[in-house]
Amino acid sequence: MTDPQKSNSFRLFAVGTLWGFLGLFAFIPLILLFMVSFFERGYSEFYVPGFTLENYLKLLDPVYFIVFWKSFKMAVLTTVLCLIFGYPFAYFMASMPKKTRSLLMVLIIVPFWTSSLIRTYAIVLILRTNGLLNSILMNLGMISAPLEILYTDWAVYIGLVYTLLPFMILPLYSAVEKLDTRLLDAAQDLGASPWQAFLKVALPLTTPGIVAGCMLVFLPALGLFYIPDILGGAKSLVVGSFIRNQFLAARNWPFGAAVSMTLSMMMLGLMLLYAKVQKKAGNQEGGML
Amino acid sequence: MNDILKKGWLAMVLAFLYAPILALILYSFNSARYSAEWEGFTLQWYANLADGGELMQITFNSIFLAMASATGATILGLIGAVALKRYQFAGKALLKALIYVLLMSPDIVMGIALLVIFVALQLDLGFWTLFLSHVTFSIPFVIVTILGRLEGLDENLTQAAHDLGCNDWQTFRMIIAPLMLPAIFSGWLLAFTLSMDDVIISFFVSGPDFEILPLRIYSMVRLGVKPEINALCTILFLLTMGVVFASRKLVGEKE
Repeated sequence: MTDPQKSNSFRLFAVGTLWGFLGLFAFIPLILLFMVSFFERGYSEFYVPGFTLENYLKLLDPVYFIVFWKSFKMAVLTTVLCLIFGYPFAYFMASMPKKTRSLLMVLIIVPFWTSSLIRTYAIVLILRTNGLLNSILMNLGMISAPLEILYTDWAVYIGLVYTLLPFMILPLYSAVEKLDTRLLDAAQDLGASPWQAFLKVALPLTTPGIVAGCMLVFLPALGLFYIPDILGGAKSLVVGSFIRNQFLAARNWPFGAAVSMTLSMMMLGLMLLYAKVQKKAGNQEGGML
Repeated sequence: MNDILKKGWLAMVLAFLYAPILALILYSFNSARYSAEWEGFTLQWYANLADGGELMQITFNSIFLAMASATGATILGLIGAVALKRYQFAGKALLKALIYVLLMSPDIVMGIALLVIFVALQLDLGFWTLFLSHVTFSIPFVIVTILGRLEGLDENLTQAAHDLGCNDWQTFRMIIAPLMLPAIFSGWLLAFTLSMDDVIISFFVSGPDFEILPLRIYSMVRLGVKPEINALCTILFLLTMGVVFASRKLVGEKE
């Protein structure tokens, strides 16, 4: 099949189209963004070509560093919460009969297919002062005054966990499902308590799933700026909101570009780490392509 | 006890995932404007939506954009997947890496990268920038969907077509494209829902001339809760669900 390809017009067309489009609207923009992160700030235009490391060094300034730090704390806590709720879910789900499992699978996937903006808004309905949660709790007599949850960090955590939990559960489930339960039986036959069998056998064997799930939660948690915007108070800010503000409010594109490049580099680092863990676990299905 | 714990945990997490959506649907029929109390069933908010011509126009804009960008992404994705599967070419590894990066990169980075290129090309932000952006972020998903099915393509068929004198254009048009139809269809629907749901990338590349629904909802939500938003969100939610289930059914039946 390879010999007539040299002068094949379809091949030229297909490869040219793919390269042309993705080159112009994906490759060049990302390169350009990278370049802008070294440019200087302009006042009448968005950036002034040049070369400076100032935009990156600025990130070490406590004023900005604290934004990163808070956003990280938020993303880490969100990831931990998703793991705490998601791991038992995936583990119990895998032990259900086949029919229940596929039903649960559909129920976990459905939220993926709907706008997370709308689902975030739906949380407002539940949490607001005169919302569903408060009216239920007050009618039950459990509280006497409405809880003020909306527009606090708590609401942001609820929103982030709510949006990202399925991203944690799915990779965990596929890892737990592959787990050979005979290994757990063997451990228990050899005298391990169920808890020990879980910690020493099941947990290490499902580590790739845990790492994948944590990545899929942690990375978006840094960027989903509309969740803190809708649910959080003035001080809840993620890196995503920060980048947006640099581009649209402060009009400091080079700094915004540097922040997003830093975010991308960290993401790349985490992905390489992930690939390493996958390889270590002998998992051949690591790549998506 | 173990069983109760298991089922209780599963039920609790599912309740957490579904309570807000159910609340949203319920509230869209509640006649109380401000409180959470149930004050009776009404279709008032839906009627208000139907009257507000502007919102209808914006909804139409969104659906039009989603259909156009899904079609663009599917055509490019199909051609791209075939190129990646069947041909060796310069920069193939780089292109694959690029697709992987696009799949994994945070929406916000995509959004500003596209903003930077549109400004550099001096394109006015509006329909065309939204269209190009939505096509760009959908292509990798379409390519992955179609590549999955290309794996199962019987090479004997394309070889036979070649032996019978087809050039690659004809093989593509008469053999590959028809066999890829289920994947083309699910790729299109995936791109359609991605486009309908996107907030972050659209946020950077849209202009005042062409408003779309997610961004309008976003600005409405920030101003406070209005029952009309409940109705609008319910419609959009049911619309996406309908599309997804229809596609799963259709694709499931074909495979």
